[in-house]
Amino acid sequence: MGEFLSAVVEQPFLRQALLAGLLASLGCGLIGPFVVVKRISFLAGGIAHSVLGGMGAGAYFGFDPLLGALGAAVVSALLIGWVRLAWRTGEDTAIGALWAIGMAVGILFISQTPGYATDLMSFLFGSILLVPTRELWFMAALDLALLLAVGLLYRHFIAVTFDEEFARLRGVPVSTLYLLLLVLVALTVVLMIQVVGLILVIALLTLPAAMAGQWTHSITGMMATATLLGAGLTSGGLALSYAPDLPPGPTIILLAGALYLVSALAAGLRRRLGRLQRG
Amino acid sequence: MSTAAAVDIQQLSFSYAATPVLQGVDLRVASGEFLGIVGPNAGGKSTLLRLILGLLKPSSGRIRVLGEPAWRARRRIGYVPQYPGFSRDFPISVEEVVLMSRFGLGLSSKRRAGEGERPGLRLGRWRRTDRDAAAAALAEVEAADLHGRQIGTLSGGQMQRVLLARALASEPELLILDEPTANIDQRIEGEIFELLAALNRRLTILVVSHDIGFISGYVTRVACLNRTLICHTTDAIDGQTIRALYGEDVRHIHHDHPPPAEAHEAAHG
Repeated sequence: MGEFLSAVVEQPFLRQALLAGLLASLGCGLIGPFVVVKRISFLAGGIAHSVLGGMGAGAYFGFDPLLGALGAAVVSALLIGWVRLAWRTGEDTAIGALWAIGMAVGILFISQTPGYATDLMSFLFGSILLVPTRELWFMAALDLALLLAVGLLYRHFIAVTFDEEFARLRGVPVSTLYLLLLVLVALTVVLMIQVVGLILVIALLTLPAAMAGQWTHSITGMMATATLLGAGLTSGGLALSYAPDLPPGPTIILLAGALYLVSALAAGLRRRLGRLQRG
Repeated sequence: MSTAAAVDIQQLSFSYAATPVLQGVDLRVASGEFLGIVGPNAGGKSTLLRLILGLLKPSSGRIRVLGEPAWRARRRIGYVPQYPGFSRDFPISVEEVVLMSRFGLGLSSKRRAGEGERPGLRLGRWRRTDRDAAAAALAEVEAADLHGRQIGTLSGGQMQRVLLARALASEPELLILDEPTANIDQRIEGEIFELLAALNRRLTILVVSHDIGFISGYVTRVACLNRTLICHTTDAIDGQTIRALYGEDVRHIHHDHPPPAEAHEAAHG
């Protein structure tokens, strides 16, 4: 750990990585709770995987793969949302199809692009150590968009995730807000891809929020706790991976998984103790 | 606006795909009434409520609510569903649940009456007035002490009070309840109906119930619904006559409609 701290002071690339993790953790906090309480992690997983299509197209046609990812994420979010709103039952199939089709498109593009193997690995599992300054600004812009949207509309998002029918009765534009929420999930996926890669995104999106949900009792409490947990997990995973030279993305995810397990056990124990005390 | 009937339904029919659920329903609920709607399971009670709320469109016929088309009157209705559309483990407090009906009230009361408003789009945090209205609604259902509780920790009776407070916090002119006492014991059922009777002093109330014997002591009028409006008593009546009337009508259904199981259920359920 001491080695990591002195390296952070000396190495600018580690400082960039740390900053990227912190920027990504805002996504854990702002959007993760909605994904968890609305139980749409499969949907978020579909968006995350379909993103490879956009990244592959970016690599092949020579534009920034992150822009490709952003486009693909937003398109698949809207597609899945539209399928759900139009035919409630088709959602599951649509998610599975987009999941696989997006990846297939991406793999085909990447296979036709020279030097594809390294790109593919960093798309899939992240490359937090190689985040250029330009992408930090891109991540900051995504954070700003998330902050604005959630700051202005968090009551509405709570209404839509809590009780859709009642919200509709009260004149809340439920369908529009649902689509907007999915677009925000898409932005969050793109925000996190640089850190842990598209395969592991789903863990960073849900685990901090799920842990927060075990210890807090409001969406806003979950947001604050999940943001802090996300910051701790990305920084901690980065630090743990540094000395043994492990890939940081998977290390962050394993750390999150381990902490989730501990948190779930502790929360269960606390419930049992509480029940004993009450008699 | 106050001279218009609270609910005015003319020759209303509704079917799901090819299955007729309601046929030729005529119902007029005057402002200030406390109407009980009773009838067998699958007799169309909940469907009628959903039509009045504008959640479903009639196949034919006309519904006006508070002098407006149903979908537009929605915001002036307080609604207590039979099965709330949320899960009890959602991380939310009682106060926040009650606040959920403060959407749709526009930016101010002046804007509320205006044309072309976009309800529900007020941004940012809840206002003082919203929190005050939620507190007042909780106090009115004698549940002010619950305001900070997690909804998951409430008993059945407490939950019912909170759902009633959620309906009241929008300051509605018409209160619609779908089986408000289906899952709670008799004593609490009595308390809830006492509350409704008190609310009826300032609100029109429409309540669906399977328990005709019970509600008869509270409502001003009963409508029996089985596909169509079978009885429609306009006189103030006591429990005994309703029971007799309901029984007669059930026998009547028995003759007209083949499935005796349903009629049997209606007579005893």
